[in-house]
Amino acid sequence: MLYIKCPYCGMRSQNEFAYGGDANVKRPELNEEVSDKIWDEFVYLRKSPRGKHIELWHHISGCRQWFKVQRDTTTHEIFRTAAINEDIK
Amino acid sequence: MSQEYRLDKVGLVNRDKKISFKFNGKKYFGYEGDTLASALIANGVHLVGRSFKYHRPRGFFGAGVDEPYAIVQLYRNGETDPNCRATEQELFEGLEAKSVNCWPSVNFDIGAINNFLNIFLPAGFYYKTFMWPRSFWYRIYEPFIRKAAGFGSASKKHDKERYEHKYEYCDLLVTGSGPSGLASAYSAAKNGAKVILAEDKPRFGGSLLTSEANIGNQSGKEWAEKIISELQEMPNVTVKNRSQVFGYYDHNMLVMSERISDHLPETKKFTPKQRLWYIRAKEVAISSGSIERPIVFGNNDTPGVVLSSAAKEYLKVYGVLVGKKPLIFTNNDSAYETAIEFKKNGITPVVLDSRSNPDSEIISEAVSMDIDIRFSHVVVAAKGYKKVKKAEITKISEDKNELGKIENINCDCICVSGFWTPTIHLSSQSGNKTKFDEKIDAFIPGKSKQNETTLGSANGVFNLEDTLKTSFEAGYEISKKITKNDNKISIPQSYEKKQSKHDKFWCVPLPKNKKYKRFLDFQNDVSVTDIELALREGYRSIEHVKRYTTLGMATDQGKTSNLNGLQLVSSIENKVVPSVGHTTFRPPYTPVCIGAIVGREIGKHSKPTRKSPMHSWHEKNNAVFVDAGVWLRPRYYKRGNENLFLASKREAENVRKNVGVCDVTTLGKIDVKGPDAAEFLNRVYTNAWLKLPIGKARYGVMLREDGIVMDDGTTTRISENHYHMTTTTAQAANVLSHLEYYLQVVWPKLNVNVVSTTEQWAGAAIAGPKSRLLMQKLFKDLDVSNESLPFMGYVESNLSGVPARIFRISFSGELAYEVNVESDNGNFMWEKIMEAGQEFQIQPYGTEALSTLRIEMGHVAGSELDGRTIPYDNGLDGLVSKKKDFIGKRSLIRKAFTAKDRQRVVGVVPLDKKTSIPEGSHLVKDAKAKLPNPKLGHISASCWSVEHNNPFSLAILKDGKNMIGQKLFAMSPLKNKTIPVEIVSSHYVDPKGERVRS
Repeated sequence: MLYIKCPYCGMRSQNEFAYGGDANVKRPELNEEVSDKIWDEFVYLRKSPRGKHIELWHHISGCRQWFKVQRDTTTHEIFRTAAINEDIK
Repeated sequence: MSQEYRLDKVGLVNRDKKISFKFNGKKYFGYEGDTLASALIANGVHLVGRSFKYHRPRGFFGAGVDEPYAIVQLYRNGETDPNCRATEQELFEGLEAKSVNCWPSVNFDIGAINNFLNIFLPAGFYYKTFMWPRSFWYRIYEPFIRKAAGFGSASKKHDKERYEHKYEYCDLLVTGSGPSGLASAYSAAKNGAKVILAEDKPRFGGSLLTSEANIGNQSGKEWAEKIISELQEMPNVTVKNRSQVFGYYDHNMLVMSERISDHLPETKKFTPKQRLWYIRAKEVAISSGSIERPIVFGNNDTPGVVLSSAAKEYLKVYGVLVGKKPLIFTNNDSAYETAIEFKKNGITPVVLDSRSNPDSEIISEAVSMDIDIRFSHVVVAAKGYKKVKKAEITKISEDKNELGKIENINCDCICVSGFWTPTIHLSSQSGNKTKFDEKIDAFIPGKSKQNETTLGSANGVFNLEDTLKTSFEAGYEISKKITKNDNKISIPQSYEKKQSKHDKFWCVPLPKNKKYKRFLDFQNDVSVTDIELALREGYRSIEHVKRYTTLGMATDQGKTSNLNGLQLVSSIENKVVPSVGHTTFRPPYTPVCIGAIVGREIGKHSKPTRKSPMHSWHEKNNAVFVDAGVWLRPRYYKRGNENLFLASKREAENVRKNVGVCDVTTLGKIDVKGPDAAEFLNRVYTNAWLKLPIGKARYGVMLREDGIVMDDGTTTRISENHYHMTTTTAQAANVLSHLEYYLQVVWPKLNVNVVSTTEQWAGAAIAGPKSRLLMQKLFKDLDVSNESLPFMGYVESNLSGVPARIFRISFSGELAYEVNVESDNGNFMWEKIMEAGQEFQIQPYGTEALSTLRIEMGHVAGSELDGRTIPYDNGLDGLVSKKKDFIGKRSLIRKAFTAKDRQRVVGVVPLDKKTSIPEGSHLVKDAKAKLPNPKLGHISASCWSVEHNNPFSLAILKDGKNMIGQKLFAMSPLKNKTIPVEIVSSHYVDPKGERVRS
């Protein structure tokens, strides 16, 4: 079970959180004309990288904030977590 | 029966407390502190089971977790457990155990014929034998394999025992209470760290219990006792025996199973049988010790062949002799301790040492005690079927290839020692690579991946002085890092006899013309020839060899067999062991009771149960409840002998005719507040929200980004910047997460807050033609006329002084209102409604009648919004705005979603107007068509239409609206029904929707 640092609540066990997928996915703007290809990529296509990955987690059994986690997908090592408006380089 | 193999004074068992137990129906006695294994050996019982494949007789091989043979079926307090290791099961009064894998008895086992058929049961025989004919699989092969597989049988009864889970945090978790565990725990605890010390066995001390070493002027055992009693007194230390740390998971989460009651005749009241600890440790000291490995020779599975360390443990801990004419076969010094122990107790062993000329303090001591030691000698084969009677021994050449003249020696046990294998399971589970240590011919942990250190013999350190030094230091360094304290305690002096180097020798070659079976894996009957065959057949990877031959599989996970298997593969392949590698170590280290893993989350405890504030009223009024997600909702209110059908029909009819009331507290409710709330709703829902006036409700549909309907419900504008959203019961939690996602991640600039208010409001839906009369009676000061409170109107009022929210919304299709009051007043509201409604013939209605009402009205719900349909499919396309953008809109113009013949919701009526159509039935054109019969759609919901008094269903049907008037068949192969049906409009009652507006 992962041990995740919620940027608002501190270290908590994984069972307080829900996984929210790739944090780098950007929704096309409202009313923006987008091609089928771009829309399909946004809705369906996700990379499955081996190694460092920035992803979203939701502290559902806690403060209910969405935040970013930089995690190694093979070792589960968590390098850092950040609020949504912070950048992880 | 006397315990003829029990010594008089030796051992740690309590001789004042005699315990009776039964094995295979026969009564025996042992002492408090015995294991089932030690008590049986004391009674001269060595035959405990039959082997897995060949049904060869099986005795005891070890004295602890590594035991591959002595797996028994245990009976305790009216319950039974399979897969119990007799070497770990402590004796209690009235214990009963039986052998497994034998029939009719362990002494006479029919399956033993496999031993003579072994030529037909080579490695991989499952794969070779059960391949064809294909039709045999289900009827013949699978039942046969199932019968032959496994060790014992699981109870089919409900387990009445209680198992608990516990979460714990600590600075340092120490796994094992041998010298390294005690030293690291003690020095860390003295430096202020919060320590948990876990010991698998009932007794603390590990190897110190049986060693002759001294620590700080006392025996190792006394030192261990002193340290343990000190640790037990310290407030920052938790000391647990009978507790196996069996898994090392991510981020230093370890799981430990504590056997609280397994050693007692029955579980005490208010006590669990076992407890599973989830321990998040800042640091872990793995001090799990090492397991002696066997030397491979002919018939090395005969009962009476035991590990030398186990023989010593039976002697020193339990005062039990594994035999009275022991033959000791070793390649290293540690077996001499066993020999000396026998000699001290008046038993004269013979020692065969594969080394030609070893010299050490302990060998000199053995020589001085007149023990018969033969260097360069090996056991070729054990003789005897159900117990060792003799051994064939011989001299072996320096290069270990040539055997001399074979002679027979009488013996009743063979204690074997092939040196030690560090127990690196936890370290490996932590993610560490392993490295092969040439000095000990075994793998030791590589670099630590998580915050853990492996200490003592688990790390390949086999001498006490180094073990104590490194462990005391590790405990101090680890604790200093965490507590910032600097209290270093001095390391005690220790003394043990120096040992000489072991011999790499591990397998005795077969003499010419002899075909003795030489076993590597004792639990799964994997012999040297099986591995050789697998390699001849082309298996190379050790993982493949493992799976093909079953080497190292089964419940002991190869604790005694893995390394010898690797030695064999590497010698055949002419590789060195590290390049062959080893199979992956996976948790659990020892078998864990399924009950302990499940804990208390069984039956009704598997998820929380949510009840509405009116629950007790429903209970008192004969409600029959149904699970709706985690909620309990009244399904119907039973009157007299009514069943579900009759009761729900009565309730629904009463709504259509008079007035009914339904508990709708369970609907999800979300407060949406903020200056941008309208804009946010406009983006979330498919329809327009910017112009909704205060005091009005609106029905809305929300989509996922892929265009599929996610949920529907009404949202009401309470005030300028305050909206009250409702969701379906099932989707409430998902919708809240969905809204939070968009507010926090996608559109953080929107100034809106959302919060769940589901539990703050109790809801009652009042529906039926007489509902307005009832409302007027309930809210005397309020004008509830159609003009003042029209359909989709909202107003606040009070119900006999209790603030209430009134929504004129309808799910039943009748004139209806929904009243919300604060949860605490829910029951008050409900009773008021029932009381005032009496004169209007009010009846409460449950979810079954609720479904009936919505189905015949053609209102879609969860069975149509099933995660596969878009608004168009549900006839909701009128609610999809063309002017504005919203979540999922872009997906709706995808090709498949705009296809002309897309599925749509329609009504279905059986032609005979009598036969109810099972939900899930497929709609087909031709009932007799060749399979697979093309499916046109499926029945999503069925009811008995109270308006038309015949069955009615909703269906999702291809090109649905153009199919109206067509005759099809509803087929349910599950219920074996084929029903001719007609497709009709989904709005079976009040198609123009006049009633809700009346």
